[in-house]
Amino acid sequence: MPRVRVEVDGATYEDDVEPRLLLVHYLRERLGKVGTPVGCDTSNCGACTVLLDGMSVKSCSVLTVQADGCDVTTIEGLGSPGGQSPPATGRSVPAGSHPLQRAFHEEHALQCGYCTPGMIMASLDLLRENPDPSEEEVRAGLEGNLCRCTGYQNIVRAVRRAAREMRELAERVVTP
Amino acid sequence: MTVPEIGAPRRRTEDTRLLTGRTRWTENLTPAGTLHMAFLRSPHAHAKLTRVDTSQAATHPGVVAVFSGADLADEQGSLPCAWIVTDDMKHPDHPPMGVHEVRYVGEPVACVVARDRYTAVDALEKIDVDYEPLPAVVDMEAAVAEGADLVHHDLGTNKSYTWVYENGDVEAALRDAPVVIEREYVQQRLIPSAMEPRSVLCVPEGDEFTLYSATQIPHILRLMLAVVTGIAEHRLRVVAPDVGGGFGSKLQVYGEEVIALLLARRLGRPVKWTETRSEGNMTVHHGRDQIQRLTLAAERDGRIRGLKVDLLADMGAYLMIVTPGIPLLGAFMFNGIYKMDAYSFTCTGVFTTKTPTDAYRGAGRPEATYAIERLMDELANELGIDPIEVRRRNWIAHEEFPYETIAGLTYDSGNYEAATDKALELFEYDKLRAEQADRRDRRDPVQLGIGVSTFTEMCGLAPSRVLGSLSYGAGGWEHASVRVLPTGKVEVITGSSPHGQGHETAWAQIAADRLGVPFEDVRVLHGDTVIAPKGMDTYGSRSLAVGGVALSAACGKVVEKARTVAAHLLEAAEQDLEFRDGRFSVRGVHEEGTTLQEVAQAAFTAHDLPDGLEPSLDADATFDPDNFSFPHGTHLCAAEVDTETGMVKLRKYVAVDDVGKVVNPLIVEGQVHGGLAQGIAQALFEEAVYDADGNLTTTTLADYLVPSAADLPTFTTDRTETPATSNPLGVKGVGEAGTIASTPAVVNAIVDALRPHGVRDVPMPCTPERVWRALRGEAGAR
Amino acid sequence: MIPATFDYTRPASVDDAVRALSDAGEDAKLLAGGQSLMPLLRLRLAFPDALIDLGRVDALREIRDEGDTLLVGAMATHHQVIRDPLVRAHLPLLARAAETVADPAVRHRGTFGGSLVHADPAGDLPAVALALDAVFLVRSVRGEREIRASEFFVDWMTSAMEPDELLVGVRMPKLGSGWGVHYEKFHRTAQAWAIVGVACAVRRDGDVVEDARVALTNMGPVPVRAGGVENAVRGRPVSEGTFRSAAEHATEGTEPPSDLHGSAEYRSHLATVLTARALTACTA
Repeated sequence: MPRVRVEVDGATYEDDVEPRLLLVHYLRERLGKVGTPVGCDTSNCGACTVLLDGMSVKSCSVLTVQADGCDVTTIEGLGSPGGQSPPATGRSVPAGSHPLQRAFHEEHALQCGYCTPGMIMASLDLLRENPDPSEEEVRAGLEGNLCRCTGYQNIVRAVRRAAREMRELAERVVTP
Repeated sequence: MTVPEIGAPRRRTEDTRLLTGRTRWTENLTPAGTLHMAFLRSPHAHAKLTRVDTSQAATHPGVVAVFSGADLADEQGSLPCAWIVTDDMKHPDHPPMGVHEVRYVGEPVACVVARDRYTAVDALEKIDVDYEPLPAVVDMEAAVAEGADLVHHDLGTNKSYTWVYENGDVEAALRDAPVVIEREYVQQRLIPSAMEPRSVLCVPEGDEFTLYSATQIPHILRLMLAVVTGIAEHRLRVVAPDVGGGFGSKLQVYGEEVIALLLARRLGRPVKWTETRSEGNMTVHHGRDQIQRLTLAAERDGRIRGLKVDLLADMGAYLMIVTPGIPLLGAFMFNGIYKMDAYSFTCTGVFTTKTPTDAYRGAGRPEATYAIERLMDELANELGIDPIEVRRRNWIAHEEFPYETIAGLTYDSGNYEAATDKALELFEYDKLRAEQADRRDRRDPVQLGIGVSTFTEMCGLAPSRVLGSLSYGAGGWEHASVRVLPTGKVEVITGSSPHGQGHETAWAQIAADRLGVPFEDVRVLHGDTVIAPKGMDTYGSRSLAVGGVALSAACGKVVEKARTVAAHLLEAAEQDLEFRDGRFSVRGVHEEGTTLQEVAQAAFTAHDLPDGLEPSLDADATFDPDNFSFPHGTHLCAAEVDTETGMVKLRKYVAVDDVGKVVNPLIVEGQVHGGLAQGIAQALFEEAVYDADGNLTTTTLADYLVPSAADLPTFTTDRTETPATSNPLGVKGVGEAGTIASTPAVVNAIVDALRPHGVRDVPMPCTPERVWRALRGEAGAR
Repeated sequence: MIPATFDYTRPASVDDAVRALSDAGEDAKLLAGGQSLMPLLRLRLAFPDALIDLGRVDALREIRDEGDTLLVGAMATHHQVIRDPLVRAHLPLLARAAETVADPAVRHRGTFGGSLVHADPAGDLPAVALALDAVFLVRSVRGEREIRASEFFVDWMTSAMEPDELLVGVRMPKLGSGWGVHYEKFHRTAQAWAIVGVACAVRRDGDVVEDARVALTNMGPVPVRAGGVENAVRGRPVSEGTFRSAAEHATEGTEPPSDLHGSAEYRSHLATVLTARALTACTA
């Protein structure tokens, strides 16, 4: 069995894997990273989208052995360290979370939430390439991610809201 | 309180775990020692099983056991149908795994249990099955013809039932009316396509079992599993953890759930199964699939005289939990919002060798609404009247409510005028009509069409007595409990089982509002038959209109008990106390009074309670509505149709919905958006297609076209608010409205665009090719 | 679903790759980006004994300027092709068409060479390669050879490559100046395959069409070069009339399929309409 070394959400893992093991199953079943779900078997739905060396991929269509030596970011690796812990009071999205997570919450861009991890990872990739997308560009950029609940309208709003916030944050960093 | 909780756009509390990947999907749960199931499924639409040899698979390394249907024949029972719609309804046995015969592609014939999922799937290939093919029965009309091949030979017919409703002399209306419009519409078969695939995990604990399932109906599932397997109901616990959408498809008792329970019992180990999408497309129940023959009779001024509806409804191969009743929900809705003198409805349920059908978002009402709203446009065209105007001439005026309809329902409230006026204004109707005229004049290859849909629906399912009169196997009530903990925090337990709607937020808003406690102090528990022992679950846009009302009533009981305690503590008469913002005080006295939390603590310690009062501050309530609720609205769609290619592009979509009082406008808007997407998808994209041999050809999302963000327009949504009078919250329900309303709005727009070309219908989904063929005069062509 | 078992090797060079392919025999498959292969493996529609993963053969990802031609490495991803300055400058039609392939995540993994070798007539890039007079450079332990695009696609999902051959790269003549390009993709949803696609490039000299390249996606078991259309526009005035009448030749030599998404008859109609539109778009 080939041995792989993969960095996932900031931690390094080394494992022997069957060549046919899908990356998403490695994440879920070997590493316990169940935040990334599986929605189809033809790479159409995008629910399993993660970043592989910074670029969005559908982790159901990548073999674990192909990710050897690569850096994987899942929904569980978003936000600042410690940002995942629940806040002391209230139950809104944690303060340390990523602007996309906050924007999806604010704009009610999720209902059942099954597509959400993939949708957020695809959005992150989209904003990396285009920090200020138009509505149409967001829609086109998310063409590979299906949602059955929201009708997408609030997802589009959320991505543009997060884009604004991320641009503002970037400007603040550049000009303190 | 400064801001009223009911009506506030609260951001959802559910989001935290969903946004961070900390969700509890059933597939995320894998207790130590879990075994994995995989199913071998029939590749034939109809065949006798002459041999199922599992011996090779059983010796595959890592395989624990392999079972054929025959191996489980004595214990697997028959999957339930809870809606015996007529006394003579044909109701065939439905074993969870095929024993002698299989009747649709995807029907399970054997099950491998292995140490891991990969091994289980590998071993499937070592099962050897001999099939003796039998004729596929694919076409409904052929299925009911004389001498047709039979799906169930022993039944002697492919007709399951014929159900009739009549009111008034419809034949006289059709005979006498000067305008008679006859149409046939096809409601294509749809695949619900919730994003979360089905998943089930059954954990045995001695002779007790906990079954986790991606289900909408943990309570009904528990009862039905007990009935099917004979395992005592009180030894079964069903948990619906986070559930990733359902749209009716998880309102079901599936064979895989039964098998998981039986094998967990047999093997004494946790047993788990999660379907793949291609597996699910074949085996999750499908929706719609009707042939509708319709005759509408009207006066020349547009006034409707009568409507005759004759349906063939495809049951698929078996009757599942509410399969036969789904088209009958439409029986009460074909008349829409209109007044008429006579109505007749006949529905024949037909067996075919296809996946069983059952509830899919709207369940019977979208089909009915489509028919009447398409017919109203046809009538308008026939008479040369604007489609809005012909509706105005027929709809129930707002001052006429409550109104008993020709279909026998009493619509409690509504204001169709207000919703329509608002929609017309947002849509800029006159401006778009002018553009349409201009494009027609210019013979623009891209024509513009405007589609109207003024719909209503029945939800808040349902008054138990009405369900009883329709021979449905259960009641329609809902239950809620409220516990005020000693610290003043509140736990709400609901029998309604959410799968993405946002109950945890909306229910907390209701409780916070009624109890005067902070929103953050309320936690909502659900979806576990141990935690929420009583419930009727979530479907039919019933959660808020039944379950939310139950919660409100339980809160009322808590306040009343608290009032008794507070009066005792404050040494005042109960009737002198007022309760505001979570505090009891003596009316007219400027003293602090006592808070609900102080009362809860007093009720907890029980050191000093009035004589005879039970300790603890909590209450239960069950609500059984005495009527349905009737959301309504006006949807307007502008579609651009490329007459050269047949491509349809939605240019503008306005939805004005009246769902009564609103608890959370964000959630309402989200439900409308999602509903629109699914209704539009029926109009334009989606269809479960079977070939002549009964093979499903749309088994993947590459062939079954669920639209993405890039395929849908931006919606303009707004509301009017006419409270329901059938429940004290004035709420109606919103889960299905968008789906019900939008399909006819879109198709009406397409047909409207093409009327100058002589087109009067395009079959759904209105693919570019079908539009092109309609333009060539080939109506009904593929 | 889950792939059946297979052996796996990951060569680091083209030489190692072709040797591995030769050693593995006929039931081995090369794994490029995997975006077509993985779904086939998962649905168990393909059962290779061995996969030879080209992911670490960096030399295959190069896009090189060869003077009059560009050489696009077989493992260049769609994402890479879309953004590559050389491709954008000299083969903009390729960049345009690659933008329409699947979705961003698939374009990050999927490769130019992989989609050509897959030879799916519904794929967008085979028609582009045909329109651009591409030459396919293939290698095996037996040596290297070149296959012209017009001979590369031999049947449905079948190329002229032998089982032991590996596509190294694709050489395409630069279009030069004065060309307008357009890929007209007609599909029902953003993710869906093309019902029909038209890859088109038109060079105009003032008001006259000097040259044109037209090839059709999904109008037969292989992509179809619409020579009749090209001949009908060459030397003609740039006008809608020219394009409409030339487009009448679009169906010549086609054998359109009938499937779930469109009948042969409808595809023929679309080919005509879309060809006229593509020609117009190239000269707009």
